[in-house]
Amino acid sequence: MINGADTAWMLTSTVLVLFMTLPGLALFYAGLVRAKNVLSVLMHCVVLTCLVSVLWYAGAYSLAFGTGNAWIGDLSQIFLIGVDRNAVHPGTTIPDTVYIMYQMTFAIITPGLIVGAYVERIKFGAVLLFSGLWLLVVYVPVAHWVWGGGWLAAMGVKDFAGGIVVHTTAGVAALVVAMALGKRDGFPHQLQPPHAPWIVMVGAAMLWVGWFGFNAGSALTSGADAGMAMLVTHMAAAVASLTWMGIEWARFGKPSLVGTVTGTIGGLATITPASGFVGPFGALAIGIASAVVCYGMVHLVKVRLLVDDALDVFAVHGVGGMMGTLLTAILMPVALGGVGYADGMTMGSQFGVQATGVAVAAVWSAVASFILIKLTQALVGLRVGRDVEIQGLDLTTHGEAGYNVAFGGTSP
Amino acid sequence: MKFIVAIIQPYRLDVVREALTEAGINGLTVSEVRGYGRQRGHKEVYRGAEYSINYVPKLKLEIAVDDEVAASVAETIMRAARTGKIGDGKIFILDIDSALRIRTGEIGSQAL
Repeated sequence: MINGADTAWMLTSTVLVLFMTLPGLALFYAGLVRAKNVLSVLMHCVVLTCLVSVLWYAGAYSLAFGTGNAWIGDLSQIFLIGVDRNAVHPGTTIPDTVYIMYQMTFAIITPGLIVGAYVERIKFGAVLLFSGLWLLVVYVPVAHWVWGGGWLAAMGVKDFAGGIVVHTTAGVAALVVAMALGKRDGFPHQLQPPHAPWIVMVGAAMLWVGWFGFNAGSALTSGADAGMAMLVTHMAAAVASLTWMGIEWARFGKPSLVGTVTGTIGGLATITPASGFVGPFGALAIGIASAVVCYGMVHLVKVRLLVDDALDVFAVHGVGGMMGTLLTAILMPVALGGVGYADGMTMGSQFGVQATGVAVAAVWSAVASFILIKLTQALVGLRVGRDVEIQGLDLTTHGEAGYNVAFGGTSP
Repeated sequence: MKFIVAIIQPYRLDVVREALTEAGINGLTVSEVRGYGRQRGHKEVYRGAEYSINYVPKLKLEIAVDDEVAASVAETIMRAARTGKIGDGKIFILDIDSALRIRTGEIGSQAL
């Protein structure tokens, strides 16, 4: 039966999660690139939102959440045929329509996250082709395995809001795409810094607020589970922000805004899989671990491995999501304020299941992303020419400039 | 007439302007410019990664004055803009062939 309170919260959560992508993630990324590419990044986020929405309607939802088998859903609801206005989504107290829409916002942000890996040098057509294929080949099956009644769900994997489904898949894909695409001209030492750190903060703040819909909404009810999920989400974000700030302050003598809000996003990504299963102590532990490990991973990827995952999607989202999924097994006992293990499960066995989920999703995303990016390369090409890259994608690809403010706007 | 071009640290502008006003100079042009000299540039750190800023922001002042005061005006700017650290900037003094005030059509020293 449809419950009004639950439905109201899920409608709200849906709005919040869409708000994470538009404009939260879009602005977070836009501030981090150079001024000549600001519009291209915003464009990627807007167009991917629309593209994924249409694919979700056309069949992605049915393949992810249709009954099907352990590996994939079915085609019973392609073009959302047979979705009745009054139908209750099975196992919930909310309308099918709200569930479809809520899950759509998760499907939207996941390829959106990958944008951060390939900014400032990719062809626009490649973005569309790769992202569309990736949604169907990576996101859809993994969502089915974990949330659609698939084989990982049957094993008892705990991924409350997308540590595996969203952040592990997107993070690993980001690394693969960044390697396939190659480094930006001037990487790593001759790049211009982020053109507008204050926009990065605005985007991060929107992501922070929207994340309450992501995590507390994943309770699918408006009750106690949503309440605790919101509390631990917020705590992890706050603790991770302070920890990242402290690391930079100690190391460079200056606490930076970009670093602090990167800590926020890392903390949010890391608490995501755990948010329905741990208590405030778990949030504290996750917040600290997130900042320390993600900070180290940014350094490892960019400085040691010299992979130009431009906006650190793997180091922040991928690593955060994987680590949070593993830490869920350790921090969910009742003694630590968590919900405790399912019958017959122990910390060890749960950890094994969590590790399996992370490993399988990471390998699937890595292999499939590699094949899809090579296919995209063969069909439409991946990278713009060097002249175009130097001029920037805004003018060359989209015919617009991000900032028309020369002479105060008074020149003809 | 002389044309004084001064490249200074942006945060010294107010001090320089006050000193010039006291010295009786009542007009100058300021532009934001970037460049490098002995200061070379500086590093900025974002997410733990260092970015080299090769062109440092400076202000360029342009002032046209009569020959007899040129040296003292340059001296005034130098004293006001100086912090003693690398990056304080430079002052150049050029000859001016002519000067015209657009509104009135005055020519030469009258136009300054």
